[in-house]
Amino acid sequence: MNKTVNHKAWFLVLPVLVLVAFNAFIPLMTVVNYSVQETFGDNTFFWAGLIWFEDVLHSERFHAALVRQLTFTFTILAIEVPLGVIIALAMPRRGFWVPVCLVTMALPLLIPWNVVGAIWNIFALPDIGLLGQMLNGLGFDYNFTRQPGAAWATLIAMDVWHWTSLVVLLAYAGLVSIPDAFYQAAKIDGASAWAIFRHIQLPKMKRVLTIAVLLRFMDSFNIYTEPFVLTGGGPGNSTTLLSIDLVKVALGQFDLGPAAAMSLIYFLIILALSWIFYTLMMRDEEQ
Amino acid sequence: MTRLKPLVPALYILFVMLPIYWLLNMSFKTTNEILGEFTLWPREFTFDNYITIFTDPTWYMGYVNSLVYVTINTAISVTVALPAAYAFSRYRFLGDKHLFFWLLTNRMAPAAVFALPFFQLYSAVGLFDTHLAVALAHTLFNIPLAVWILEGFMSGVPRQLDETAYVDGYSFPHFFVRIFLPTIAAGIGVACFFCFMFSWVELLLAKTLTAVEAKPIAATMTRTASTSGYELGLLAAAGTLTIVPGAFVIYFVRNYIAKGFALGRV
Repeated sequence: MNKTVNHKAWFLVLPVLVLVAFNAFIPLMTVVNYSVQETFGDNTFFWAGLIWFEDVLHSERFHAALVRQLTFTFTILAIEVPLGVIIALAMPRRGFWVPVCLVTMALPLLIPWNVVGAIWNIFALPDIGLLGQMLNGLGFDYNFTRQPGAAWATLIAMDVWHWTSLVVLLAYAGLVSIPDAFYQAAKIDGASAWAIFRHIQLPKMKRVLTIAVLLRFMDSFNIYTEPFVLTGGGPGNSTTLLSIDLVKVALGQFDLGPAAAMSLIYFLIILALSWIFYTLMMRDEEQ
Repeated sequence: MTRLKPLVPALYILFVMLPIYWLLNMSFKTTNEILGEFTLWPREFTFDNYITIFTDPTWYMGYVNSLVYVTINTAISVTVALPAAYAFSRYRFLGDKHLFFWLLTNRMAPAAVFALPFFQLYSAVGLFDTHLAVALAHTLFNIPLAVWILEGFMSGVPRQLDETAYVDGYSFPHFFVRIFLPTIAAGIGVACFFCFMFSWVELLLAKTLTAVEAKPIAATMTRTASTSGYELGLLAAAGTLTIVPGAFVIYFVRNYIAKGFALGRV
């Protein structure tokens, strides 16, 4: 679509700009301010330069949290996106079951995040949880509060439970927008199920899937409440993702300088990765 | 293969419902039964947990507070996002692409990064512990999302509609409210749904910005762990009740979900 050049359009954007700037600029500047200062807790601050940034970048604790974060994000993306597509493909296109599927599947998306953590906590506890009892009944030695491996598996299962539906709904929306004529043409041509998927369904889902990947990427990188309630970052530090580590430093130890430096580095990482996703997405769209 | 097809969504729904069933099951049990024995169905079926919540103002006010700030947030986010989305979908202007990306970056900002500065900012402007504070704080990630969704829907409306209206002598505000908004009603519904959803489920900022007056239900729930041991039955009942508003909202938008999630222009 050809858009007309009109700089007065800025007036339409102004309210958004003012509100978001109020919420984004001032807090961000506060963080920047802390990140270059040292305090001894009595509200006096000293210029500290870039030492916090150097500290954080060289800290093994930060590296470990970053590695855990990347592992988590790419694992859940690798599970949720294909699984979501498979479920969307298998869903009925019309009839009574469509709203039933959509409404039940959307349910986890609307549960407050701490409740999601609490649900999975009581669901997976080895003594009182259904999942914990089942797994131990089947002969597995499962206790996510003590075994790092089990804690990870539970964390991943929780996120898959929580967010796969978003991918399903987006992929499904892409699928229902394909006209029946496309399928009829494919049938006449004798196309295989795989060929239909590859040449008709996948291209139609491409845009919504990019949105799904982008949203899931950003949100999983910011994840805090659910793992905090489920495992509290433990056992040990095994499930301490970036946000959890950050809050531990900022509010637990009240080390504002390092926490602020860490925030900025963390934010820049998300920004850089999202920028790559975003440019790829926009380039595809312009083609 | 085709006969097994319905099995996939069925299994997935089973997976979705199992933890929710367990929560529901627990909410009808006494704390003693939860901790004492393992039962798939409550042995002593009790409504006590729910009665506690509905009779104790510190509990039920949590729901009221959450609903109040979520509603304010949705109203603000969608209202300011509408003209902005129109600008992005119809005009090219200085810095438009950068502005759009900058808006999206706020969707990416980890809430954990902003918790402390938000606390200081909203304390400084005297809004701490008000519904408005949480509603405004949540616009940080809801406005970008609303702009994004609405822009998609608006771009699906042909420009001819605008041009015809101007030729017919409509002024911009008149055209926008009377003609344009009704044509993208579905998009507005979907944007509201998403704003409601993300504001309702967020806890970190909501908890940081409130103390007593505007305390969200999710924060009230953390109380069960501290006061008298671990009241799991009460926690489960409170958790179950947090699902209810969401379920209502999905029910209302169920016909738009499939179309709406496509963000307008697949």
